[in-house]
Amino acid sequence: MILTDEEEAMYGGAQGPAVQWAIDQQISVGRAFGASRLVPVNRAHMMGDMEVLGESGFQFLKSLHGQQAKVRVPTTTNARCVDFAFAERLRQDPAMVAREADLRRTLAGMGVMLTDTCINYQTIDQPHFGQHVAWGDTGTVIYANSVYGARTNFESGPAALAAGLTGRTPEYGFHKPENRIGTLVVEVTAKLDDLADWGALGAVVGRQVNDYWQVPVFVGIDGPVSSDALKHLGASLASYGSLAMFHIVGVTPEAPDLETACGGGLPDRVVVADDAAIQAVFDSYPMVVDGPFDLVVLTGPQLSLFELERTADLLTGERVHPETTLIVTTNAQNRQAAAELGYLETIRSAGGLVLAGVCFYLMAVPTMRQAFGWRTLMTNSAKLANIVGGYGLQAVFRRTEACLAAAIKGGRRDG
Amino acid sequence: MTVDPSTAGAALRTAGAGAALSTLPGFGEAVEGRALVSRDAFSPRYDLDRSTGLISREGHDLKGENIAGAILVVPAAKGGVAAGWSLYDLKQRGIAPLAFVFTTVNPVFVQGCVHAGITIVHGVSPDPVASLRTGFRLRVDPQQRRIDVVSATVAAL
Repeated sequence: MILTDEEEAMYGGAQGPAVQWAIDQQISVGRAFGASRLVPVNRAHMMGDMEVLGESGFQFLKSLHGQQAKVRVPTTTNARCVDFAFAERLRQDPAMVAREADLRRTLAGMGVMLTDTCINYQTIDQPHFGQHVAWGDTGTVIYANSVYGARTNFESGPAALAAGLTGRTPEYGFHKPENRIGTLVVEVTAKLDDLADWGALGAVVGRQVNDYWQVPVFVGIDGPVSSDALKHLGASLASYGSLAMFHIVGVTPEAPDLETACGGGLPDRVVVADDAAIQAVFDSYPMVVDGPFDLVVLTGPQLSLFELERTADLLTGERVHPETTLIVTTNAQNRQAAAELGYLETIRSAGGLVLAGVCFYLMAVPTMRQAFGWRTLMTNSAKLANIVGGYGLQAVFRRTEACLAAAIKGGRRDG
Repeated sequence: MTVDPSTAGAALRTAGAGAALSTLPGFGEAVEGRALVSRDAFSPRYDLDRSTGLISREGHDLKGENIAGAILVVPAAKGGVAAGWSLYDLKQRGIAPLAFVFTTVNPVFVQGCVHAGITIVHGVSPDPVASLRTGFRLRVDPQQRRIDVVSATVAAL
């Protein structure tokens, strides 16, 4: 790899051990992907919470902090594992909660901004076309690449922090134009009415194409498309397929037409997404109980203000079933706005819990599952349904209205 | 480096002892150990009980297997960025795999292995999932960009 004089100095330790650690990591990663240089980034977005770090990762960050580590470009945090106002109510491990508080101080001490959101692209930061960033949480990455035309790879916690410390990232993958060209076509004829339909569309593609280096190009989707629809599509593609970029012809900036999105040629591979394919995704999460669900969860990604408004609307004058826990997660900005607009009170008075700064699947779910004896979960998030199977919960993925109807009635409501 | 075409050809179906597979540049030291081969993509968040190292996901073809100390051979990485921190945590607790062999990988696993100090190779040819079997003894050498089949004896379960 070719390094600038400043990068050589970082590598040699002239800017301290934390920066040296960071650039050494980046050079190793760059070499593994054949990168020839580092590119400047002016934003980093990192995942770093106790659930994912574990004790060893926590100690690692403490030692980095002890080496006077300071980020040099604005570095924001992804959704975390604890909303302190609800930790006791949700019977989260007190030791983990205490550690999380300590971890927050450690990150803040390194100059990291504790935004605690996986929808930074809707509320905090909107990168411009061609801007190189180093973002983590796959949902943020695929949105930045696809919708804004910004350039980032999946940056895991240590990698995003390294980028924050050096202001650089290795140039490979989606930083390079040749890797952003469409590699398969998705012909969409399905009706996409609910956000869950967009998540299901992501699952249709992601289940067939599990390869980071593939870029699907959707045709047949007429705009306008909401930011929340693109959010659920992207989060699901990333979750089911480990995908980091998509195009929608006529909607996203690098796809004015199919030929341009595909770099002048047309890919051989075509995936059809019709109503039956969407329904098959819902059917792959069959109803597991006749009685009330233990959990109904709207999360993954955190809800926008528009989603909170719709949730409140569907819960107006209703009451969540006594045997069901309804959990909704968003970020601090949207919860504040929802409070001012009255949505929060509507959801609360119906019995729903509105958590901020967290995403449900990050909250050390197995601990809560054991504490409450939870077995079944209904959600409108294709991503969440995909994840919680590994946590011992049986997930049922359905459209938003069906989820909230199940939360209210407790009983079996399909559709 | 170059892989001897005669031995690489021998690995096209099930590889025998002495066969070699080529890889893209990876990371880490050369290691030798027992292969654990899966046809399913892998994620430490989606598939693993991170407290024990056991594959926990219903339907995963390695469910109940422990990845600690194994050379995990998988077709692809699944899902999100959690591997970046969790591989380090597994390594520190002594239950990390010895090495990862990916047909194709996403950046997160490479970043995670670099942070944790775990050997990883990707871009393997011929397809390692098709040509290797659980129980094979492998030598994985990222610097030489190759995987050698040291022993093709499959130990009884």
